[in-house]
Amino acid sequence: MSRTGFMEHPREPRHKRPVVARVGDYREVYISHPLTTLRTQAARCMDCAVPFCHQGCPLGNLIPEWNELVHDGEWEQAITRLHLTNNFPEFTGTLCPAPCEPACVLAINSDAVTIKDIELSIIDRAFEEGWVRAQPPGSRTGKRVAVVGSGPAGLAAAQQLNRAGHRVTVYEKADRAGGLLRYGIPDFKMEKHRLDRRLALLEAEGIVFECNYEIGRTISAEELRRRFDAVVLCVGAERGRDVHTPGRSLPGVHLAMDYLIQQNRRVAGEAVPGAGAISAAGRNVVIIGGGDTAADCLGNAHREGCASVEVLSVYPEPPQTRPAGNPWPEWPLVLQTYPAHEEGGRRHYGVMVTGFQGTERVEAIETVECEVQREGSRREFTPRPGSEGLMPADLVLLAIGFDGVACSPLVEGLGARLTDSGAIAVDAGFCAAPGVFASGDATRGASLVVWAIAEGRQAAAACDRYLAALTTI
Amino acid sequence: MPPQPGLSEHLSDPYRVRGLYDPRLHHDNCGVAFVATLHREPTHKIVGSGLEALCNLGHRGATGSDPLSGDGAGILIQIPDALLRRDAGLSLPAPGAYGVGMVFLPQDAAARADCEALVASACHDEGLRLAGWRDVPVEPACAGPTALAGMPVIRQLFVGAFGLEGDTLERRLYVLRRVIERRSDAVGLTRDRFHIASLSSRTLVYKGMLTADQLPAFYPDLRDPVTVSRLAMVHARFSTNVLPRWDLAQPFRLSAHNGEINTLRGNVNWMRARQSKFRSPHYGADISKLRPVIDELGSDSSQFDNALELLTMAGRSVEHAIMMMIPEAWDRNPLMDEERHAFYEFHASLIEPWDGPAAIAFTDGRLIGASLDRNGLRPARWLVTEDGWVVMASEAGVLPIAEERISKKWRLEPGRLLLVDTEAGEILDDDAVKSLLSRRHPYREWIRQGAVRLDELERVADPPDPDPGTLLVRHRVFGYTEEELKLVLAPMARDGEEPVGSMGNDAPLAVLSERPVNLFAYFKQLFAQVTNPPIDPIREELVMSLATSLGAGGNLLEQGPAQAKRLEVPTPILSNADLETIRHVTQRQFPAATISTTFHSDGGVQALEEGLERICRLASEKIRDGYTVLVLSDRHVDANHAPIPALLATAAVHHHLVREHTRSGVGMVIETGEAREVMHIALLVGFGAETVNPYLALETVGELLRRGLLPAGTDLARAKERYIHALYKGVRKVISKMGISTIDSYSGAQIFEAVGLAPELVNRYFTGTASRIGGIGLDVVAEETLLRHRMAFPERTVDPVSLAGGGDYQWRRDGETHAWNPTSISLLQHAVRGGGPQSYAAFAAEVNDETRTLKTLRGLFDIQGDREPVALDEVEPATEIVHRFCTGAMSFGAISKEMHETLAIAMNRLGAKSNTGEGGEDPERYVVDPNGDNRRSAIKQVASGRFGVTANYLVNADELQIKIAQGAKPGEGGQLPGNKVDEVIARLRYSTPGVGLISPPPHHDIYSIEDLAQLIHDLKMANPEARISVKLVSEVGVGTVAAGVAKARADHIVIAGYDGGTGAAPLSSVKHAGVPWELGLSEAQQVLVAQGLRSRVVLQVDGQLKTGRDVLVGAMLGADEFGFSTAALIASGCVMMRVCHLNTCPVGIATHDPELRKRFAGTPEHVIAFMLFVAEDVRERMAALGFRRFEELIGRSDLLQPRTDIEHWKARRLDLSALLHRTEAAPEETHHTRSQEHHLEDVLDQRLIELATPALERGDPVRLKLRMRNVDRTVGGMLSGAVARRYGEHGLPDDTIRIDLHGSAGGSFGAWLAPGITLSLRGEANDYVGKGLSGGRLIISSPPNVSRAAEDNVVIGNVALYGATSGELFVNGVAGERFAVRNSGAVAIVEGVGDHACEYMTGGRVVILGRCGRNLAAGMSGGVAYVVDVDGRLHEHFNLAMVGLEELDGEDAQFLHDLITRHHEYTGSLLASRMLQDWKTSLAGFVKVMPNELRRVLSLKARLDVPA
Repeated sequence: MSRTGFMEHPREPRHKRPVVARVGDYREVYISHPLTTLRTQAARCMDCAVPFCHQGCPLGNLIPEWNELVHDGEWEQAITRLHLTNNFPEFTGTLCPAPCEPACVLAINSDAVTIKDIELSIIDRAFEEGWVRAQPPGSRTGKRVAVVGSGPAGLAAAQQLNRAGHRVTVYEKADRAGGLLRYGIPDFKMEKHRLDRRLALLEAEGIVFECNYEIGRTISAEELRRRFDAVVLCVGAERGRDVHTPGRSLPGVHLAMDYLIQQNRRVAGEAVPGAGAISAAGRNVVIIGGGDTAADCLGNAHREGCASVEVLSVYPEPPQTRPAGNPWPEWPLVLQTYPAHEEGGRRHYGVMVTGFQGTERVEAIETVECEVQREGSRREFTPRPGSEGLMPADLVLLAIGFDGVACSPLVEGLGARLTDSGAIAVDAGFCAAPGVFASGDATRGASLVVWAIAEGRQAAAACDRYLAALTTI
Repeated sequence: MPPQPGLSEHLSDPYRVRGLYDPRLHHDNCGVAFVATLHREPTHKIVGSGLEALCNLGHRGATGSDPLSGDGAGILIQIPDALLRRDAGLSLPAPGAYGVGMVFLPQDAAARADCEALVASACHDEGLRLAGWRDVPVEPACAGPTALAGMPVIRQLFVGAFGLEGDTLERRLYVLRRVIERRSDAVGLTRDRFHIASLSSRTLVYKGMLTADQLPAFYPDLRDPVTVSRLAMVHARFSTNVLPRWDLAQPFRLSAHNGEINTLRGNVNWMRARQSKFRSPHYGADISKLRPVIDELGSDSSQFDNALELLTMAGRSVEHAIMMMIPEAWDRNPLMDEERHAFYEFHASLIEPWDGPAAIAFTDGRLIGASLDRNGLRPARWLVTEDGWVVMASEAGVLPIAEERISKKWRLEPGRLLLVDTEAGEILDDDAVKSLLSRRHPYREWIRQGAVRLDELERVADPPDPDPGTLLVRHRVFGYTEEELKLVLAPMARDGEEPVGSMGNDAPLAVLSERPVNLFAYFKQLFAQVTNPPIDPIREELVMSLATSLGAGGNLLEQGPAQAKRLEVPTPILSNADLETIRHVTQRQFPAATISTTFHSDGGVQALEEGLERICRLASEKIRDGYTVLVLSDRHVDANHAPIPALLATAAVHHHLVREHTRSGVGMVIETGEAREVMHIALLVGFGAETVNPYLALETVGELLRRGLLPAGTDLARAKERYIHALYKGVRKVISKMGISTIDSYSGAQIFEAVGLAPELVNRYFTGTASRIGGIGLDVVAEETLLRHRMAFPERTVDPVSLAGGGDYQWRRDGETHAWNPTSISLLQHAVRGGGPQSYAAFAAEVNDETRTLKTLRGLFDIQGDREPVALDEVEPATEIVHRFCTGAMSFGAISKEMHETLAIAMNRLGAKSNTGEGGEDPERYVVDPNGDNRRSAIKQVASGRFGVTANYLVNADELQIKIAQGAKPGEGGQLPGNKVDEVIARLRYSTPGVGLISPPPHHDIYSIEDLAQLIHDLKMANPEARISVKLVSEVGVGTVAAGVAKARADHIVIAGYDGGTGAAPLSSVKHAGVPWELGLSEAQQVLVAQGLRSRVVLQVDGQLKTGRDVLVGAMLGADEFGFSTAALIASGCVMMRVCHLNTCPVGIATHDPELRKRFAGTPEHVIAFMLFVAEDVRERMAALGFRRFEELIGRSDLLQPRTDIEHWKARRLDLSALLHRTEAAPEETHHTRSQEHHLEDVLDQRLIELATPALERGDPVRLKLRMRNVDRTVGGMLSGAVARRYGEHGLPDDTIRIDLHGSAGGSFGAWLAPGITLSLRGEANDYVGKGLSGGRLIISSPPNVSRAAEDNVVIGNVALYGATSGELFVNGVAGERFAVRNSGAVAIVEGVGDHACEYMTGGRVVILGRCGRNLAAGMSGGVAYVVDVDGRLHEHFNLAMVGLEELDGEDAQFLHDLITRHHEYTGSLLASRMLQDWKTSLAGFVKVMPNELRRVLSLKARLDVPA
């Protein structure tokens, strides 16, 4: 079929709510396109014989297929094709940075198809129409599987294993299921009703959720192994990276995740204890780190009504366009601007924090400009003498990454071990120990939701092979 | 000159298969002639004239590496009784009462004695008297060394018959010969050692492995004045074979054949299938002695002769038998009279056509005649003299007969007969013979009584489809994918056409795929190349017939109403309603039995094997029970029953019944859910089915509609019809690409090669099919079937809603693997865009690793050196190695100007070559750019469309490449739709913007290997400096074709893999036609080395080459040079969108859209970087292997070792020994070391150039007068090259060089004739007059002082003005078939034409003053023709698919008057003068032929030109 839409229609991403309006609440930033726009946007897909988008997507989403179905108005078939590779398109449709789009063939010399928008619209439409229904398995194998952790990897693994006919129990140490999706991701990126809706479907399919269960504490690793034929660990990479610069212990200096969890609870209407509460309201906030977590903190800080925000990154400012040596279809190492960045605050690059000053709580941070040298994967930061400075700050959020899983006793109790970087060591088949599988951030370190779902599926397939010899998932 | 080392090995056993070289795969193309007298007196002059004609056809024959040994020549004459009586030393019975045998005996005395004893005992047993032997005098000194090495002892055998004579004696002699042959077979005496060339009381054959002129020297008998005859039939052979055998020289006993039998395998099988029903009153119990009728080790021509002999000896006249075996195209001919139609229809139920190009001369000793195939694909001219001689020959002018003596000159026409009765002394023309024969029996009445037409029966309604809810399960059982639904089935049901794709096939062979594939995928379509032409099934539909019948086939040897009983089916594809009609309505006359073809899914391979035995047994039983239709059905699959692969079931039952001799009584219908694409139907029919009902595919059409894959509002019934129509058209194309016209002769013809099937499996179920690298057995077939079955009926619920994705056509991560995938594409692009050698290394590692993970055959072996490594700097530099590289043929038209010129600049900077492709080249590119860049393509392609092929184009080339076939769609033509023909393309292709252009499937000047030799000569004449290349595609037998091409004096041969291809092609062709280059290259190398021909040609390989390893493997398998196409495009930015055919290429490569072209970002540097990376890669590997010079690697297949570590479930069964076989020969004989002999020193044009020096050097006018003969070929071609070289495309002023010639012109008279040259010939010309006419003027007129009327006589041969771009042609007389085919600019006038005139014409004007053949203006998209309606029935002769008829306007009238006036001036045409005398009446007789598209474009243009 001839696809000439790319010559006729420009790329038109979803619109965002105006900054003034959106910083006043925690609702999602983006506004859905009308169906006609979605169809013309889908028509821009060229149905490439070698779809680099499909390769660029960790899930291997059948992007050209559902683009064509959307273009043809076959929405129900589109969700079927989408669900074939992706258990939770509403998560990726809202949260994924969409590595498929820079890999789109159109991106070579033009603007990529709005793949992510189309993905989200398919699942939204499917929910609206009632096409997304629980799919309990036709028969049960009699095997039992425990999935530890209810983030995207755990949920994907659980759904796949359940559909294969195994009895699946998901253990979650928090009081509600969802992992990072619930307590890490701000509502302005993905509202929680999307998560709740999906959890309800999973329960309807027969998956049992056990919250407030911490393996090793509520129930022992041995007990878990005894009760289940296999275990899949999707415990995330929750150990936040910290700094050890002078003044770190001053009140007002926090790990970003501690702030985000509280914020999510507050937004969800849960009580947050007054003591230890972290709030940006009225404060001069400094966020250290230049990634997604930093941006999430930024958005929250504005919505809380902070006085100012400075975002400090130790790395130099990325270029606006692809540098040499980073060609299509690779992920472009360019300056990423999220909606949170549009809402205010300043970004500083090549700045290192050398100390925190303050008496009762933090009042300012000491900084120095620096240069970075890369040697393979190692980076050396060299301060530039004479560039020292002081920046007022009465809330400092450290969003500088994660150092692996936070529950090593459980891991060891199951006979698995950790790598040097703190991840659970697995073989090529996601196997951590006989009958124990692991995936998601727990094995690859903090990463994208799309990788979590992809690995959850792969670990589930490995687990199913272990249980049933011939996998069909 | 001693025979080649490789030859002696072959001499010892010419039948043995060595490596990939199978001596049975040879091809013959020949010259054939006869001379006969209508006066009853036999004379020696007839014999002498026959021999003289033979010598003048000698250039049509060939020699091998040993120029003194011919491929074969021979003569058939009447028994020279006086000679034999004088010299035999025996007392012979009266003339006609004894038989003479021409016997070839072994040289070894003991063996000879055994043979003679065998003859004696056979005579005794048959009650005949062995009168004695005569040693035939021979003079071996004149024969070549290779011929001598295989020379037999030649003796004549005399058999008396106690008063018998005439037909009775002939029949007894026939039985005797068959008895002798059967007995010699039984003791293992092969025909090359013991052969009876003829045994008859009427005719005697003298033949041998000789050249035409050696024949009379070798046999003094032929020179003896006592040797007299009333007829002489002669033949000169051009074989592709290494060692033409003495016994295969022609004529055979009744016939001499110039052509090919494409359907041979089927014909032989069907002949065998019918044998048990043979009954004849002439033979009684002796009939069993005649079986088997066909000598399976003979050539196609000899096997044809075997069948012809049987039919004749059983009581039919020889011309009757010829009409049965080579029927004219009758099925779709409304002009044919009913009786004749009935004659053919009746015989169609008895025997399928022996299909292929053929000029057959035949004789029973009294009648002598000739016939052409239905498509007229061989030349044959005849004449009659005032004194009663008839001469028929492949060329005009073979005998120096004074023009005044000749009363009639004509040609054999397609499907027509010429018959001479030498006893009655009369000539019988086609009509006379055929009306006589077709009224001899009440054929029409017999058919009325016996035949039932399916479409006339009361229709059963379409049976309801089963529950759509079960469709998914059944889809899974048969392995359907989502992709097939979307990309294959939906377009067929929507458009009624096969879907088209681009950029070739890079998915693995079935045997290398990890996934379970359908058995169909293990087979590859064969296709015609060089030795016979493919047919255009669209423009020449009139010769095609897909009508077939069920329940036919009686006793071949008799005729009566019983033989007419059959159920006629218009197409091999049955709808569900068709099948139900057959099942129920015809039950009384044609009882149908259904046999379920399933097997127990838990029984593994045993169950499959038992299932096959069961269905074979049941088939036999049903036939015994009187059923005449067998339906093999896999409808009843369920959780416990898996389907036997439909192809396996079909072939197994077919071969079983052939072996049982019961096959011919029954029709086979395959009711299968498995078949869904064109290839599947073709395979089922090709392996024996008459009809196929693809029920599940038809049911799927409903699903497509439900799913929205068909446009809303589509009518389901119409969609199903369109789907069937798409299959129908596709099958028609598949058979036509092999040059086969009728489905009846395709059925069972097995025109396929298997790749990856074990010999046991093939021998048992697909008997006779080539499968050269072994592969999987029945167990894996069962496993693949059961894997699919398990996915359909899984133990646990799987995804309940969808099919497997597929990924065969479009890459998908979980689908089939592809060599070009996101990783390999992006790595290569990074490498050439600054990534450097490391990035290339990553790319090469990835590709080589993929190769090793079994995507290609070359991944199945390791390279193992036998030398110490050498230092890298000792290895020849990369800048040298790249001289062996070229880019593939991609036309400007297929790719954008930017891309095309980028390739040219890059390759020229490297000293390598780019290829212009088929589409001409802008002459501005012949001038070097100011910065030194050269945009001229070094290789200029000459393809079937001949677009822009002018003298100037030809002289601006270093290599001229004749594209016989292309990897993506071998055997097919092409079409550039009007919307892609912009101003520039139209200018370069000499056409009109907006008007579509068609490339015909065949080159209309290459119907045979001797035609190719002619074209090579033509091109060499135009540009003697350029090397002439011939591009072939890999298939079984390509090696022998390559040998023929080398003998035809090509300098360069390309062997392309099936997988390449950058242009658009039907998906079924991309996937299923041809085989990997490894097989073709290796076969070519083995055969060429064995024949001692390798060193005189450059061998090039192309097809998905990507890395240095690919190049190395190619070299070791025999390649000197290497072509890269896809990889060069990818380096330039191609991302394998595979939308080249849609003009929407988003990177500006395969598009003419100006906006998209702006996106092109490739540079010459990218291409250069790629080529140098590959060359460096090669160097490093050479250093590691210890090789300093590249040529040392060529042909070193011993350095390739089959890998021992292959665990792949299918690939580990492969046996690569034949592929890696190395023919021993001296190193200089294994690669290109010397040049071809082109013999251009003595051609007439050398004299013309010399004499025309004043014109060439100074532009002074020159007038010349010369005589010429038919051996003077391509006259004017070299002179035109000389003009173009000096004066470019505009040449010299009109008439600067004027040459008057007298006599008979050889082939290609006036080829490429440049502006300023006029050739005026009085006499006659052969085929290809004015080929590629480039602006010159050609005048051909009948000689003066003859009594016959010019307009009633043929004066030029077939295919005039092929590819002419400008210039003029005046023909005073009638032309043969295909006058002005593909003319794109010449103006021509002629006084009558044969079939297919003005075919594919895109420009110019043609005026036809006399009668026309059929199919006039087929595929004509441009230009104008003016035709005189001689008898008011002209409209019946047109093919009106693309043209309309118009009234003439004033401008037309003026043009015609001027042209006819000049015609009269130039030629003295009496017809022209008569017309001018009564101009008004004459003008009223004209019809103007206007292409519809041209009219549309012109009127559009007229509207636009009017100011608003």
